[in-house]
Amino acid sequence: MSVELSEAARGPQKVFTPPEIAVLPIDHRIDGLPNQRRHRNPNRPVWEESPSTWGLIGKFLILTVVVGIVAIPMWGIVVTSLSDAKTVQDSGGLVLLPKGITFASYVQLLSGGVVAKAAWVSVIVTVTGTVIATTVSALAAYGLSKPGTALHRPILFLFIITMFFSAGLIPTYLWISSLGLRNSLWALILPTCVSAFNLLIMRNFFMGIDTGIIEAARIDGASEWRILFSIVMPMSKAVTAVIALFYGVGFWNAFFNAVLYIDDSSKWPLQMVLRQYVLQGQSIPGVDFTVAQGEMNTVSLKMAIMVLAVLPILVVYPFVQRHFTKGVIFGAIKG
Amino acid sequence: MTSVNEADTTSSTHGVPERVGTPVRGAGGRGMTTTHHEPYTGEIPVRRITLWQKIVRDRTFIIMTIPAVVLIIVFNYIPMIGNIGAFQDYNPYGGVTGSPWVGFENFLDVLTSASFANALKNTLLITLFSLLFYFPVPIFLAVLMNSILSTKVRTVVQSVIYLPHFFSWVLVITIFQQFVGGASPLSQWMIRNGEGPLQIMTNPDSFIALVTTQAIWKDAGWGMIIFLAAISTVNPSLYEAAVVDGAGKMRRLWHITLPALRPVIILLLILRLGDSLNVGFEQMYLQRDAVGSGASDVLDTFVYFEGIQYSKWGFALAAGLMKGIVALLLVLGANNLAHRMGEAGVYQKAG
Repeated sequence: MSVELSEAARGPQKVFTPPEIAVLPIDHRIDGLPNQRRHRNPNRPVWEESPSTWGLIGKFLILTVVVGIVAIPMWGIVVTSLSDAKTVQDSGGLVLLPKGITFASYVQLLSGGVVAKAAWVSVIVTVTGTVIATTVSALAAYGLSKPGTALHRPILFLFIITMFFSAGLIPTYLWISSLGLRNSLWALILPTCVSAFNLLIMRNFFMGIDTGIIEAARIDGASEWRILFSIVMPMSKAVTAVIALFYGVGFWNAFFNAVLYIDDSSKWPLQMVLRQYVLQGQSIPGVDFTVAQGEMNTVSLKMAIMVLAVLPILVVYPFVQRHFTKGVIFGAIKG
Repeated sequence: MTSVNEADTTSSTHGVPERVGTPVRGAGGRGMTTTHHEPYTGEIPVRRITLWQKIVRDRTFIIMTIPAVVLIIVFNYIPMIGNIGAFQDYNPYGGVTGSPWVGFENFLDVLTSASFANALKNTLLITLFSLLFYFPVPIFLAVLMNSILSTKVRTVVQSVIYLPHFFSWVLVITIFQQFVGGASPLSQWMIRNGEGPLQIMTNPDSFIALVTTQAIWKDAGWGMIIFLAAISTVNPSLYEAAVVDGAGKMRRLWHITLPALRPVIILLLILRLGDSLNVGFEQMYLQRDAVGSGASDVLDTFVYFEGIQYSKWGFALAAGLMKGIVALLLVLGANNLAHRMGEAGVYQKAG
């Protein structure tokens, strides 16, 4: 009687629970310790032993430290940049607990002056550069995605060689200067516009697209341009997003090309300003320090520049991050 | 139409491609061949077209690559010509054509220069340090991450530790300066407790450790991604079989996970070895003022300062060219080594 009841009770349970839990009765039969196995993690493969307590504690500690090392500085910078003068003063220069939140630093920085100008330069360079670089790379990647087409190998090698040998710093500097690109924002864009690595990632992805679809379009009379823009690109949103992020981050973070080619400080990108006024600690021209002393601390001002220098990346990152799949990165390396 | 005749006359003596190789212009479009008056030889005619016809056929693909090709020729290939200046007493006003030739003098000067030796020593030491202390970290993190079952925890941890990879070096060094620099709150607190200011950011003796730590902070998380991808390709039934055979956690790590990572580890080792002479240019440049050139000069910064700051153009060009060539040889050598070890390497020999 009791057996029948328990089976009747188990019946619907089997239907509605994930298969991992269906293992329970078997465990029960084998080692007769049902309670030990009841709270098994459903993600854990059946064959894997449960972790020891010390193992769990160790993992937890390591992960906490690893995440903390990255996250705490970030958090501290953001919170300090948003804190008012008194809070910063009381904390000794680093605020971790949000209190006395004010946007005064950002208002001060963005209401004109050298930082706002630099941020604008960085935005222009990044947007222009990313659009050009991604377009040019996608075109070339598609052009090179059919082995066997004319000049395929020579052109491919032209790109691959640049991964192994570069002209060198001085010849590049002399050449770009002689092109008259000094103090032109194009000097920050054009030389780094084509990355063979990014191009090959895209090419690899395009080569993996089912040729049947492309052949069908071709038979229907679509030109290669039409195929690229109406079929291949819409199928490659993920890889394009990742490549655009790579290029965008490169342009946004570009620092040394600005050291080389931009002497005019009114055309400096944000990274140069970050170095000048935060890393080297020079006082920021155009900031009204009478206001600064009253409402906010110069530390907040510096932290706010740091936040601005990373803000676009923080904004775009979550949307692109889920595309960093093994396919994109690993595929590139395999090819 | 002479080409047709030539092709026909050679056809009887040579092989298939020549015989049927030549198209007739205007006789049915590209690729049509004049096989109708050929004696039947029992071989299937191969349709051959000339390179020019291939180019015309594939013109759209070629046109698509043109913008990238132009950019790469203008900004990567044409500057290579400038390296000729390494054999001259180069000055930018005269250019390559107007500067006097000095043969290998610049190269001798570089090789006998003490500051070059110092830069080379720093470069190689930093590479060695990064191989020993940086390289294993992403592997360790990937194995650890793979053992985390909760996808939520994994996603959060991965999102956080990938992030610094996308920071600029200026920002990374500024963050370090704000947190462990001489004026940081931590340093202030230590001064109040009579411990003196923190000198981590300015001590030349420990600079190499600082540099490696910064690299780990910035890139070790991101470096994990490729190892995670490699681990995820392992067939789970291998682990299952190993468990059945009585293998514990460590055994499975040693005999299944690490062998699965072997190709990736070797690939990255090769890339790193080939890249030995490139060590964080911006990273060194930015911290040169703080620790001095003795500790922070690496080959790239050496070339920069000698050339662009001190205008010793020929000298800097020679140093840069030597570095470029040695770096190329290192990549080729490392790849060759990988082939001999039976690994795929970075690139494969054709065919």
